[in-house]
Amino acid sequence: MKKTPFNDLHKQAGARLIDFGGWEMPVQFQGILAEHKAVREKAGLFDIAHMGQVWVWGEAFDFLQKVTTNDVSKLKPGQGQYTLLCREDGCVVDDLYVYKFDEHRYFLVVNASRRGVDVPWLKSHAAAGVKIEERMDGAGLALQGPSAEAVGRFLFPGALHLKKNEIMELPWEGSTLIVSCTGYTGEEGFEIFGEAPVLVALYPRILAAGAVPCGLGARDTLRLEMGYRLYGNDLDEKHSALEAGLSWVVKFEKGDFLGRESLLREKEKGPARRIAAFKLKEKGVPRHGHEILFNGRRVGEVTSGTFSPSLSVGIGMGYVDNAAFPKGAEGSLAVKIHDRAVPAEAAALPFYVKPVHVL
Amino acid sequence: MNPNDLRFTKTHEWIAADGTVGISDHAQHEITDVVFVDPPKEGKTFKAEEPACAVESVKAAFDIYAPVAGVVTAANKDVAANPALVNQSPYEKGWLYKLTMTSPSDRDKLMTHAQYQEFLKTATH
Repeated sequence: MKKTPFNDLHKQAGARLIDFGGWEMPVQFQGILAEHKAVREKAGLFDIAHMGQVWVWGEAFDFLQKVTTNDVSKLKPGQGQYTLLCREDGCVVDDLYVYKFDEHRYFLVVNASRRGVDVPWLKSHAAAGVKIEERMDGAGLALQGPSAEAVGRFLFPGALHLKKNEIMELPWEGSTLIVSCTGYTGEEGFEIFGEAPVLVALYPRILAAGAVPCGLGARDTLRLEMGYRLYGNDLDEKHSALEAGLSWVVKFEKGDFLGRESLLREKEKGPARRIAAFKLKEKGVPRHGHEILFNGRRVGEVTSGTFSPSLSVGIGMGYVDNAAFPKGAEGSLAVKIHDRAVPAEAAALPFYVKPVHVL
Repeated sequence: MNPNDLRFTKTHEWIAADGTVGISDHAQHEITDVVFVDPPKEGKTFKAEEPACAVESVKAAFDIYAPVAGVVTAANKDVAANPALVNQSPYEKGWLYKLTMTSPSDRDKLMTHAQYQEFLKTATH
């Protein structure tokens, strides 16, 4: 199994480790519920060194505009965007972040489980003037939560001015960190990329400044409460970007891109399936593979489901057949859990909306 | 309840002399945060090793087996309302249900706490 540079630190901290797409990763430290709460209320720190970091140099703009679905022309230097790699047929190769440093230098962050697919995919679509290089000496951390800024204040005050989706290079003790104002939890925070030994040294200092170590278990409950898709569960090469409900990052008006024709045809015709989100009305935890029933008929399957720590109910999403279960249709929705049809209701995303505190 | 007064199964349930059933401290630790408990209904009959109760954590669902044959006489309403009791107090407040054993001597065939501790050493690694 592949290990991140933080592996020894996780073991010393008593983390429970699992195999996540070939990576030995912490699923939890003190417990999923406590870690989830820490991120929603204070600050949590995640090892994201398994994620892929890819540099694109040279004729990068034209290339990325062609190979991703979002509009790269909207990015100013120091900004990033959520986007997709799609096949010619509109199905999703990966979801990723593209950050622009300048016209000829872009930084991509891709899913751990898709590194081996994405990099060859990018290279196979690149013209001669484009250089693609996967960073292999790097590591990454995600500091997330309402106190992330306070925690970061001690360590990298130079990055505190970053707004949502912005990125910068920060000189750091003889090295350079890449700090972005992004995350996968719905909370404020930063993602920090850099050389592995530098981040390994930084890790205990971020914890000492008040963040709690968090594992993939909490990362999953946090992202699912926000309705964020997880590649391999909610996204794959069998479902199109439109079926996945990601039309907001498919910019037809920008001109030609990989998958455009198929997606345009699908848009005109209406997608056959859609990702539907639901909340259970009774006790139970929906999980990957459970059947979704509409008026007693199977209309789809759960792709991601969990117990929502913030809402204390079962939540989930999955692909459903648009003809059998039209959006907004009246009727009885249920999820089949261990042979029992547990009543559910259609939900809007995100499931969790941060409470506004009025003093 | 003192674990030394309990008998244990290889599937990590415990049963007291009065027929109270729960899961071991080791089991609650392995299951992690319990978020739902679905205890059996009173009057239900189980054979030994039959699934009697469902316990769910954030990550997975677990069947809890009947340690011996018997009839359910009570279910713990507190754990249904506050599932974290299973983690916090596996041998006291986190009990799951109570059985009238078909044959109380069946319980004597199960492991003592000391035997269970030995079993954990050999079985889990």
